[in-house]
Amino acid sequence: MEASFLVDMTKCIGCRGCQIACKQWNGNKTDKTKMGPKFTNPVKLNAKTYTNIDFFESVNGDKLTYDFARNGCFHCKKPACVSACPVSALVKTKEGSVIYRAERCIGCRYCMLGCPFNIPKFEWGTVFPKIQKCTFCHDRLLENKIPACAKTCPSGTIHFADGIENNLKEARRRLSENPGKYFNHIYGEKEVGGTSVLLLSSVPLDQIGYQKVGDAVIPDLTWKYIGGIPAVIGMVLAAGIGSWVITRRNKNMDKEDNS
Amino acid sequence: MKPTNNQIKLFTPATIGLLLVIIFGAYTVLMRFKMGDIHTNMQDDFPWGIWIGFNVLGGVAMAGGGFVTASAVYLLNMKKYKPIARPAILTAFIGYLLAASSIMIDIGHPLRVWHPVVMWQIQSVMFIVAIHVLLYTTVLALESSPMFLEKLKLDGLKTIVEKIMVGIALFGTLLSVLHQSSLGAVYLIVPYKLHTLWYSSILPFSFLVSAVMMGLCMVSFLMILSSRFFKCSLNMDILTGLARGALVTAAFYLLVKTYILLSGPGLSAAFAGSMESRMYLLEMSVGVLIPLFLLLLPGIRNSLAGILLVDILVICGVIINRLNVSIFGMLRQAEEMGVQYSPNGNEIIISLFMVAVGALLYKLAVKYFNVLSYEDV
Ligand code: SF4
Ligand code: SF4
Repeated sequence: MEASFLVDMTKCIGCRGCQIACKQWNGNKTDKTKMGPKFTNPVKLNAKTYTNIDFFESVNGDKLTYDFARNGCFHCKKPACVSACPVSALVKTKEGSVIYRAERCIGCRYCMLGCPFNIPKFEWGTVFPKIQKCTFCHDRLLENKIPACAKTCPSGTIHFADGIENNLKEARRRLSENPGKYFNHIYGEKEVGGTSVLLLSSVPLDQIGYQKVGDAVIPDLTWKYIGGIPAVIGMVLAAGIGSWVITRRNKNMDKEDNS
Repeated sequence: MKPTNNQIKLFTPATIGLLLVIIFGAYTVLMRFKMGDIHTNMQDDFPWGIWIGFNVLGGVAMAGGGFVTASAVYLLNMKKYKPIARPAILTAFIGYLLAASSIMIDIGHPLRVWHPVVMWQIQSVMFIVAIHVLLYTTVLALESSPMFLEKLKLDGLKTIVEKIMVGIALFGTLLSVLHQSSLGAVYLIVPYKLHTLWYSSILPFSFLVSAVMMGLCMVSFLMILSSRFFKCSLNMDILTGLARGALVTAAFYLLVKTYILLSGPGLSAAFAGSMESRMYLLEMSVGVLIPLFLLLLPGIRNSLAGILLVDILVICGVIINRLNVSIFGMLRQAEEMGVQYSPNGNEIIISLFMVAVGALLYKLAVKYFNVLSYEDV
């Protein structure tokens, strides 16, 4: 199985059922409700909140409209967080999910820095802090069940498929069959080299909080450096030994001159 | 430089100041381990603060003088610099110990700090960094061991270490080149977060060159300070030699920085008037342009006061550079996520604590071991 979501924000009704299902399945505590400028609640993802629905209000003529955005891990095909982790606490599984193995983590938080979407969260202020993030319900995937949020969603916004290709096909079908309904872009098809979670929306995605990122595979950027290390080792050793040999010969010649 | 150990007083006002900072800091560190994470201003959208930006990045850059001096003396056989090998290597050793301790305080699971050694993940720059901190700290311990061994009268061991010193120095140079550059490589992972004034694929190289520049100035700065505080004589010849080295490196560094600017956001970005462009101009003028100009004037390059001024400028400039990369250049993306960062009291006191411990360790080493008066070639 290779899990994939097609999240079609035009279908979302803002019920937050996915948020609740996620908290229930993962046993995550609730946050105290805070009044904010928006209806989004909790206002941001945090160590207890793997997914949330972001509410964007806009006035069109005399009509109030809502656009929704679903936040959460994209389960990148080539995840920056996985490449960042020095101890393989984060791994991309063959089921397509990016999961965290707490017993390895040293708490360096490089995964948080590396993720272009700021998804991994940290349990600040605890004695043995963990990284927390969406697991794609990896435990459910192993039992051939679909993730809790997709299972709950009453409007069909979160569409699960086995294989990213299938969801890409479905997304392209929706775009071509409904001209004018969508902003013509499948977010996650090319972003950071492709992700397992794909997004469709009626408005440009950066208007509803999605990061503007390029198509470059982020682990490749650091690999360019790491891959060059053997060459650097060779160069430094050659230069070091070379200069030592030369200066030593000079020293010996000095000695001979003196004697 | 003559042996002056006994003239160094243990308690001076400066030392008492250091001790005060250390007592406050030690208490905060204790609380940090007892309560997990004391309150800091680091947060989900800004996971690294000044412990990484100032203590680790700055401390390691400062230690650049260690490998530059070691390779000059042991590999290039530049005998003139032998008297500064010990202080330079000792400084680097202390710098690395402090950087390593800062990492221990910063990470969530200090007791698992050894995990990278057994759980290799070679795709991770953090893994590369971790291995190098470990190996190079060991090398620095070996490189500075002769002065401890001679105090303990372990002459046999000392002879062995000195016999293989060339090998150790070569290995140390290799590790330093890789470690200095890998700290720059850490930031290759943030193409969308770090401001384009600093983000570049040659960030690792720029970290390496600036560490060499800062290292040279740090060694020279410490020599001048030691002569003042510990009353040992100064070797002007060495100082001007270091200044010439700094001049060459700074000129090269200017080229590197110019390339980054022109191949990236372009010249106009530096004058955009934003917070970032102001920090960039500050970094460039304090750390590169003014020192370069001053060093080009022979009158300054050959005068004690002039060299001291250049040293201070370069040290500050490179520290500003590290803070720009790790903090100021990252603030814009944090702001987009709706957060702010500036270090709070706990973070600042622990940072200062580290600096104070370093200064005190250096002073104690100078007092009890033969650091400054080592001249036998
Ligand atoms: S979105 Fe972030 S946390 Fe999720 S897989 Fe990609 S890099 Fe990792
Ligand atoms: S915080 Fe943990 S999971 Fe994240 S990179 Fe560091 S060791 Fe890996």
